[in-house]
Amino acid sequence: MSGYLLDGVPRHALVLLALLFAVLLAVPFVANDYLVTVLILIFYFAYVGQAWNIMMGFAGQLSLGHALYIGLGAYAAAALYVHYGISPWLGLWMSVLVSAAAGAIVGYLAFRFGVGGVYFAILTIAFAEFARIGFDHWRWVGGSGGFFLPVKNYARNDLLSLRGSPAMFYYLALGMTAAAFIACHALLRSRAGYYWQAIRESPDAAQALGINIFRYKMYAVVLSAAMTSLGGVLFAFYYNNLFPEQVFHISRSIELILGPIIGGIGTLFGPILGAFVLTSLAESLSELMRALGVDLPGIKQVFYGLCLLLVVMFLPEGIWPPLSRLLGLHRARTKTGKS
Amino acid sequence: MTSALLSLANVSMSFRGLRAVQNVSFDVPAGEIVALIGPNGAGKTTCFNVVAGVYRPDAGEVRFDGQRIDGRRPDEVCRAGIGRTFQLVKPFAGLSVMENVIVGALNAAASVREARHAAERIVDRLGLAPKADHTASSLTLPERKRLEVARALATGPRILLLDEVMAGLRPTEMDLMVALFRDLNSRHGLTILLIEHVMRAVMALSSRIVVLHHGEVIATGAPEAVARDPAVLECYLGEEAV
Repeated sequence: MSGYLLDGVPRHALVLLALLFAVLLAVPFVANDYLVTVLILIFYFAYVGQAWNIMMGFAGQLSLGHALYIGLGAYAAAALYVHYGISPWLGLWMSVLVSAAAGAIVGYLAFRFGVGGVYFAILTIAFAEFARIGFDHWRWVGGSGGFFLPVKNYARNDLLSLRGSPAMFYYLALGMTAAAFIACHALLRSRAGYYWQAIRESPDAAQALGINIFRYKMYAVVLSAAMTSLGGVLFAFYYNNLFPEQVFHISRSIELILGPIIGGIGTLFGPILGAFVLTSLAESLSELMRALGVDLPGIKQVFYGLCLLLVVMFLPEGIWPPLSRLLGLHRARTKTGKS
Repeated sequence: MTSALLSLANVSMSFRGLRAVQNVSFDVPAGEIVALIGPNGAGKTTCFNVVAGVYRPDAGEVRFDGQRIDGRRPDEVCRAGIGRTFQLVKPFAGLSVMENVIVGALNAAASVREARHAAERIVDRLGLAPKADHTASSLTLPERKRLEVARALATGPRILLLDEVMAGLRPTEMDLMVALFRDLNSRHGLTILLIEHVMRAVMALSSRIVVLHHGEVIATGAPEAVARDPAVLECYLGEEAV
């Protein structure tokens, strides 16, 4: 299995990857809480970006409503924990189930009736909005007033209930990001991975080659939704409060796709790199503003917009593809074909 | 009649009142190479698309190996054993040549590894090995045509539908292609139905020709006979043809 996973990956890439991972493992021992907090945010975006990338980057289906799966995942695990004391490790299965079902409904409606492209994206937004409005009125989970997880000072980390220090959440988020990376790496080399890319590049040709495109698009949506919901569980237990107006809001959906777009859609490192670049720069900007005593609400959004603009104009593939070529990590491929 | 691998019976197909194909019937016997020719707009590609499952015919039947396949989806038709190429090539532009062919090979292979081995053989066979790692978007048009064939061949079809794969090829490239199809046909028993305007290739390959004009079959038979048929000469080949 590991031999298969590492097939065709350059040796120096593996060494770099191992080094990076070792450094990241050591971070909570050397860094302050603020840095750890920022890194948790980065891994959160890297993870959900990776999950979104399965749908858009691999299978070419644009979702602008991934906040739906974050929110459903967050609320499902949080509600089971608050109301019944069920450990999030069990609750997350409910999150996965609910989000996968929601993904299946969105996918079925779209793909069965030939809703594609922009219209598909609008459908995904619509479902996230349905959920936002629905949860606003659902008293059992607090309605628009918000849903809160009990916050106490914990003497030690309670991993079973996901109550504890930022360091615990850091390792959890790091683990999730690493697992998602490995899973996506394996997926891309699987039958489904090849089929998804074929569907992304040309649905007609894919179908003519025997691919049941409805089925494989459904797989992509359901898997992406299920994975994204785990990001929601992390979000709920880390932030301890959920408001429908925030969790399901379209700005959440947009925020989580900026990482993969800036890092490189369809690449494995794109979502991670994008999350790193975007979040760390945005945080630095906030710090700078604070230090200068300038208060500009919305500056982060303007900054995100600027980043997106620059990348779309100058690096349409995202940052990772040119960077990997620069580092010699990419398979030798000729784009121009003039050789 | 009974040995026909593919048969169309009274197939009709209209697009918003425009009758593209009208009562078309012909057989493709197993192990033969049949050419579908005719002027532009005669309904050749529509026939292909009906067979390949892109369109459901308004009337008539399509049978493959005795089974009705009209109205089935393209992927089902492919899995049944019909491989096709597109006249306007549709490569997976962002994938490498090898990956393009692997996608096709996965149709018949049990695993990705097996598909890769099959794809390597076919890429080599089509002379695309030097470009195996290049993205399909970097290929020239003749190379893209070969990639179309490679991909369709990789699905492991019993019959191959070729839609103008010779167009735009240089004579030497065409000779290679003709040799390849002859070899596939004689050694592996692959049945081929091809749409082609290049009469040199048609005459070199086919054992039978079906001529379409205005959506109807106007002649069927051996190449020499069809090439002398006055109706065919008038509507399509011209007087000093072949």
